[in-house]
Amino acid sequence: MEKNKKTGKWKQKVPVISQECLASGVYSMWIEAADMAAAARAGQFFSLYTKDASRLLPRPISICEIDREQGRLRFVYRVVGAGTKEFSRYCPGDDITVLGPLGNGFPVEEDPKRRAFLVGGGIGIPPMLQLAKELSCEKQILLGYRDELFLNREMERYGNVWLATEDGSAGTQGNVLDIIQEHGLIADVIYACGPTPMLRALKEYAAQNSMECWISLEERMACGVGACLACVCQSKEVDRHSHVHNKRICKDGPVFAAWEVEL
Amino acid sequence: MINTKVTLAGVELKNPVMTASGTFGSGAEYGEFIDLNRLGAVVTKGVANVPWAGNPTPRIAEVCGGMLNAIGLQNPGIDVFVKRDIPFLQQYNTRIVVNVCGKTTEDYLEVVERLGEEPVDFLEINISCPNVKEGGIAFGQDPKAVEAITRAIRERAKQPVIMKLSPNVTDIGEMARAAEAGGADAISLINTLTGMKIDIKRRCFVLANKTGGMSGPAIKPIAVRMVYQAACAVKLPIIGMGGIATAEDALEFIMAGATAVSVGTANFFNPYATVEIVEGIEKYMQENGVTDMTELIGCVK
Repeated sequence: MEKNKKTGKWKQKVPVISQECLASGVYSMWIEAADMAAAARAGQFFSLYTKDASRLLPRPISICEIDREQGRLRFVYRVVGAGTKEFSRYCPGDDITVLGPLGNGFPVEEDPKRRAFLVGGGIGIPPMLQLAKELSCEKQILLGYRDELFLNREMERYGNVWLATEDGSAGTQGNVLDIIQEHGLIADVIYACGPTPMLRALKEYAAQNSMECWISLEERMACGVGACLACVCQSKEVDRHSHVHNKRICKDGPVFAAWEVEL
Repeated sequence: MINTKVTLAGVELKNPVMTASGTFGSGAEYGEFIDLNRLGAVVTKGVANVPWAGNPTPRIAEVCGGMLNAIGLQNPGIDVFVKRDIPFLQQYNTRIVVNVCGKTTEDYLEVVERLGEEPVDFLEINISCPNVKEGGIAFGQDPKAVEAITRAIRERAKQPVIMKLSPNVTDIGEMARAAEAGGADAISLINTLTGMKIDIKRRCFVLANKTGGMSGPAIKPIAVRMVYQAACAVKLPIIGMGGIATAEDALEFIMAGATAVSVGTANFFNPYATVEIVEGIEKYMQENGVTDMTELIGCVK
């Protein structure tokens, strides 16, 4: 079937170029998808399909890197169940069916004088890599891990990187907010993706310091395109779709201004 | 030359392929993937008299060969719907079926009456949603209640009335007869089967609502059986649904007695499913020397 590329998102079977284990249960997969790479922006995601027909629904995975020159996309994901386990077994030469790019992506700050915190927690770290590549302002990259590190060296190319680990094995012992306190860091805008408690703390921190704050959310999804209303989050204002207080993470997000969502 | 047209309660559809309520919004999202003009009809997400916020999340869970959902009929209410969704669908050459939900008979009637002057081809009445405590399923599991609400709606409705039946009953034939007795113009089945999934690591329910409606390919044999039983029980035209993902699936329902079919969960894993099914049915007819769609309806006795 002719896939409609004019609307900017479509479903396609594409080749897997590489697969690498970055840390326990965390994998990096590059796929070849030139048109999709051209259409994609930092903070968007793709629906990735398993080959097992008993697992119907695609897995929503955020974009880690976009290589528009080579026409490639990178996904860094954690194996959390049978579907992501299957992805982690794909080798160069295998194919994978993907749909996207989906969602809104991060608003990209163009003012070079502004200072940004790029904050990633756990498997919320990957989307910060493409964002770091696209932002032209001053970047302070704060990464929070439980223990094992991944992507931190690659981030160093794009800004100053600070680490926090729960067990204190690297960087600050604690979380990303402990990094800010320990080093007395300041910024004008926050971009964040990670566990809800982290996002909640950053939302509060941003409000206290009158900072702009953009957060990327996740929720169990079915359609990924805004039709099924499975992946809603509570919004402060009435949403445009259902006129209640439920924004669709897949369609209206996944990136929201922190003030507009209840966490 | 093949004829894929079917007639449902006196209204002609260009082909028997429709969308299942709740899986397709009002068409805007999937209109970015497929040409809505290719569909026999678009069936909208359920709409109530006022906006409904729906259930807490998580609202969905994947299960083997299917999924559970407990969205809880989140919808913008009839005011926004008539201003936004109906004009959107009017741009396309496809029939418009508005799915109506409510908590009380009065809620349903309010929506039905508001739709009376709107350019809508059918009303589908959701008396079978398993995910809302009031209304919905409360009407759908008792034959007397099915007959009463069907009659109340039929008296006020300007368009043909399709009653959407629940599979969570002992005898689907009895429910189909109750809808027929109440004056329904057609019935659609099956809605989702009530299911449950438990997270054994966290020792809790996966869905915030505890239970959810099961859909997807895994439920198809149950749905085909129920469509067959309903077709044996009543003379009303039937819209068959439940796990349809391919043209072959759709043809099973048609041969079991369905005049039209609805594609639901398949949209989530294949946004092109509806149009692929339209094309697959045409191909089947060409390859098997079927000149008219109606030859296949209920051909398996």
